[in-house]
Amino acid sequence: MKLATRKKIVEVIGFLALRAAMFLVVAVLLLFLYDITSKGHGAISWKFLSQAPRKGMTEGGIFPAIFGTFLVTIITALLAVPLGMSAAIYLNEYARQTRITRLIRLSIRNLSGVPSIVYGLFGVILFVNVMRFGTSVLSAGLTLGLMTLPWTITASEEALKTIPNSYREGALALGATKWQMIRTNVLPYAVPGILTGTVLGLARAAGETAPILFTGAAFFLPYLPKSLGDQFMALPYHLYIMATQHHAILQVRPLAYGTALVLIVLVLGLNMTAVILRFRLRRKQR
Amino acid sequence: MSSAENAIKFQARDLDFFYGAVRALRKVNIDCYDRKVTAIIGPSGCGKSTFIRTLNRMNEVIPGTRIEGQILLDGRDINAAEIDVVELRRKVGMVFQKPNPFPKSIYDNIAYGLRINGMRDKRKLEQTVEKSLRGAALWDEVKDRLDENAFALSGGQQQRLCIARALAVEPEVILFDEPCSAIDPIATAKVEDLIEHLKTDYTVVIVTHNMQQAARVSDYTAFMMLGELVEFGETDGIFTTPANKLTEDYITGRFG
Repeated sequence: MKLATRKKIVEVIGFLALRAAMFLVVAVLLLFLYDITSKGHGAISWKFLSQAPRKGMTEGGIFPAIFGTFLVTIITALLAVPLGMSAAIYLNEYARQTRITRLIRLSIRNLSGVPSIVYGLFGVILFVNVMRFGTSVLSAGLTLGLMTLPWTITASEEALKTIPNSYREGALALGATKWQMIRTNVLPYAVPGILTGTVLGLARAAGETAPILFTGAAFFLPYLPKSLGDQFMALPYHLYIMATQHHAILQVRPLAYGTALVLIVLVLGLNMTAVILRFRLRRKQR
Repeated sequence: MSSAENAIKFQARDLDFFYGAVRALRKVNIDCYDRKVTAIIGPSGCGKSTFIRTLNRMNEVIPGTRIEGQILLDGRDINAAEIDVVELRRKVGMVFQKPNPFPKSIYDNIAYGLRINGMRDKRKLEQTVEKSLRGAALWDEVKDRLDENAFALSGGQQQRLCIARALAVEPEVILFDEPCSAIDPIATAKVEDLIEHLKTDYTVVIVTHNMQQAARVSDYTAFMMLGELVEFGETDGIFTTPANKLTEDYITGRFG
């Protein structure tokens, strides 16, 4: 065979293999979404979304779980967003780039890879026991916040890095203090990137089970949490119970699928929010 | 020197500068006269940009740098502990090599320096913005579109915008760090024109690798090589009867 022909064949095979890999990934995702949607959409109704579970969770809705997930995500955001942004500003704008800051940065990257159950157990010790917040929505939210911190720090730092140094020098040369420079000529342009990374981190936190398992999520509660010290129901944990721990698993299977669908829509919704936010903020700056 | 009647604005005295272990300036002595244009020329890497950035302490933002010797502004050491670097930079404005407008409107770019210095009065802001844009010969081109993003301007207009932005905070000195290396010849001519006008009110120091530019715009020229000052004097003298053989070789294009 001529060399040119052989090269062409290799080229075609390589290209087809890459395309096949892409289709495989998309196919798995679509199959997954189709399965959940087709089995779950029958359970979705206004009642399902607005009522509490009844009769040993074999009937009724999942409103307390939706509400609990919403509440715990807000606490997560209140911890992870300001703290993460501040840490990133310090690391990127103030800290001198020494071996120690490199080590800190490496540790943060590593923390984002720690299994969520480890965060859960750590949360039990720190928030539930040592700080005496008990098993509560507060403890669970703070635990999820800790888990999300490495993501918000990294996302914020990456966003700050994309701001050209000429903005910083330009501001300083006009007599800005360092903080004025950051506040008026760096942060505003980094916010779209920071928000995107942050919302993605929050979406991940909202779908987690392990960190809230021992820190505050309840199997079933006849009432909504009234204070930060109360336990709460959460979508991912509710789904876990409906799918594996319920006394009548086959009977509640449609409800489990319905819960899964709501959770997925919620997470996808958060991710879409991130995309839209970034798009709109970027356009406003142009 | 024949210009003893002119007050000296900036005096560099035995100035050394280090990037880590690398010595970028060696015992540099340059005087910049009040309301005159001083040009710093020399081949790439000779330390001319390092020198101009010591005048508003812009090198400080680079970690691991060190300065020795003195820089006096109106006789006061700008590196002394009691000097406020923020106030120094307001007094000593800077225009960078690449035009660096901020991603804001034209108006907000000019107002930026005023706002961070605490000016809130809307009418005064408007007046100063107009005055600064006129001072940078940009007013007629942008007066009808002050709300437009500064990125919509051409490269040459962007550089004049940066000059206007520097003028707005009423500095005493303006430093130009190769201001025309990123813009076209026509825009360059406009900026040179502008520098010519600016020296009636401001002390100007300009770094350039373009010798014709130095000859056209400056009153004094310093020629640097390998971190050392080779020759300093009135521009006419430097370009017609250089005292040093190196200077002569450089300005006649034998190297560089």
